[in-house]
Amino acid sequence: MSLAAPPALGRPPTHDPAWLGRVAWAAALLVLVWPLAVATEFRPWLLLAPDSLRAGGRFLASFFPPALGAEFLAQVLRETWRTVAMATAGITLGLLIAVPATLLTTRALSVSALSGRMARGPFWVRQALRWGLIVLRSIPELVWALVFVRVVGLGPTAGVLAIALTYGGMLGKVYGEILESGDPAPTEALLHNGSGRLQAFAYGLLPQNAAELASYTVYRWECAIRSSVVLGFVGAGGLGQQMDSAMKMFNGGEVVTLLAVFVALVALADRFSAGLRRVLG
Amino acid sequence: MDRLRQPPPAPPLPPPLWRARCLACWLVLAVLVLVLASFASLDLQWLQLFSADALRSMGRFVGEFFPPDVSPPFLRKVLAGALETLAMSVLGTALAALAGLLLAGPAASRRGAWRLPTRWLLNALRAIPELVWAALLLVAAGLGPMAGTLALAMHTSGVLGRLFAEALENAPPGPAQALRSQGIGGLRVLLYATLPQVLPQLMSYTLYRWENNIRAAAVLGVVGAGGLGQLLSFHMGLFHMPKTASILVAMLGLVALVDGLSYAARRLSMR
Repeated sequence: MSLAAPPALGRPPTHDPAWLGRVAWAAALLVLVWPLAVATEFRPWLLLAPDSLRAGGRFLASFFPPALGAEFLAQVLRETWRTVAMATAGITLGLLIAVPATLLTTRALSVSALSGRMARGPFWVRQALRWGLIVLRSIPELVWALVFVRVVGLGPTAGVLAIALTYGGMLGKVYGEILESGDPAPTEALLHNGSGRLQAFAYGLLPQNAAELASYTVYRWECAIRSSVVLGFVGAGGLGQQMDSAMKMFNGGEVVTLLAVFVALVALADRFSAGLRRVLG
Repeated sequence: MDRLRQPPPAPPLPPPLWRARCLACWLVLAVLVLVLASFASLDLQWLQLFSADALRSMGRFVGEFFPPDVSPPFLRKVLAGALETLAMSVLGTALAALAGLLLAGPAASRRGAWRLPTRWLLNALRAIPELVWAALLLVAAGLGPMAGTLALAMHTSGVLGRLFAEALENAPPGPAQALRSQGIGGLRVLLYATLPQVLPQLMSYTLYRWENNIRAAAVLGVVGAGGLGQLLSFHMGLFHMPKTASILVAMLGLVALVDGLSYAARRLSMR
């Protein structure tokens, strides 16, 4: 008996056998995207209209040469430090919100939850605090800054408060999640044996999660530097405010210097935070 | 037997709190110095913030938010703004996903002349926040939602391009090898071997960025790039507090809606 010939495969297809389906899906997506393009007045060809090309071209041309006067550079340096300081102070104040909120909301520190269900009172206190954190976090920091600029006037105070509230909400929520994701056994053992909640936190929860908590905080500090630049656009001082005024005056040379300093600052913070996280982790 | 009677070894002492060789100690010290220097150099106006006067004006300010303006014509305007914001975020994210995919190919190639330049481009796109992009693009694209959409697309394509490139690099190399050994070229290897493997991951990255972008799109209008933010800065500038309150509520609702949708989509795609 001869070996059965393999079933005739014919020639392998030279075209994608599924091309019809792919083209159909792509067409359907385009039809779906069309109303969006209309809603956002998305007409990219307008960018190529002579008027906007001229305006854009003139703006780009004014980027060169970058502004490098000694006085301007000194001011940029001062504003850069202000940006970093706003982010750092904001995160520090945010911790004042986040740490107590975490201690209060963490389920692992509930004494009543040790024996079955959590009691109703503590449950609702935790839930209310969690909703509070969600509200703090859902309002963008720029909106907080707009509000605080009305109350305390232009200046870094508004920016620091805005960062503190938004990042307090964010850190509080994520700290809670990190603490709950760990192994609950040591904490439960401590609580069962009559230790206080703070003791259980310090000796049960903190040691296993400290590295993760610290590295998340450092990462958020890096994000806060980015935010504090953006907050400058609504009058909270720092690099953003400089950039805003340079753009309003169409002073391209200053804009490009500020952009370069900003990109360098972000890259530096990125490196620093990555290094710090490696050491801590 | 004698050995049993020996006293047990003393428990180890806890490590000293400060050692010159302990890197973490120096780091903590550096962080403390940074924090103190920040507070010292900022001249924050605590007195002004917590004075009775400021508290009263803050109370008045918050009180003016109530009741929110719910007259039908204004609500229609808010709804239009919310839809515009939603459209900006969706279109911006979609454009960014396309651009990110185009840039991720060269950025992930092992030996290509384009690898480093694309990485630099991605980093620059990513480093500049959406709001700064919007302020820059206003010059060329004019006031309105298009500048905002493009700004979202710029920043997000930097973020997604980098994430996509990492996903492509980490994909299992087997299928790509199989195709390449049959003499199939780079683009088709990408399309038929590597991409199908990482597509779910790319989708989930895109959905995650969409959640971020709805937040960003809501505030981009503050510099004049359309959407709810433009309404917000307009009415806040004129001290129309009840209207501001309803816009804020609409923003929160929109963010919650998108979070829910994206969560549901991720659940569906995981199944």
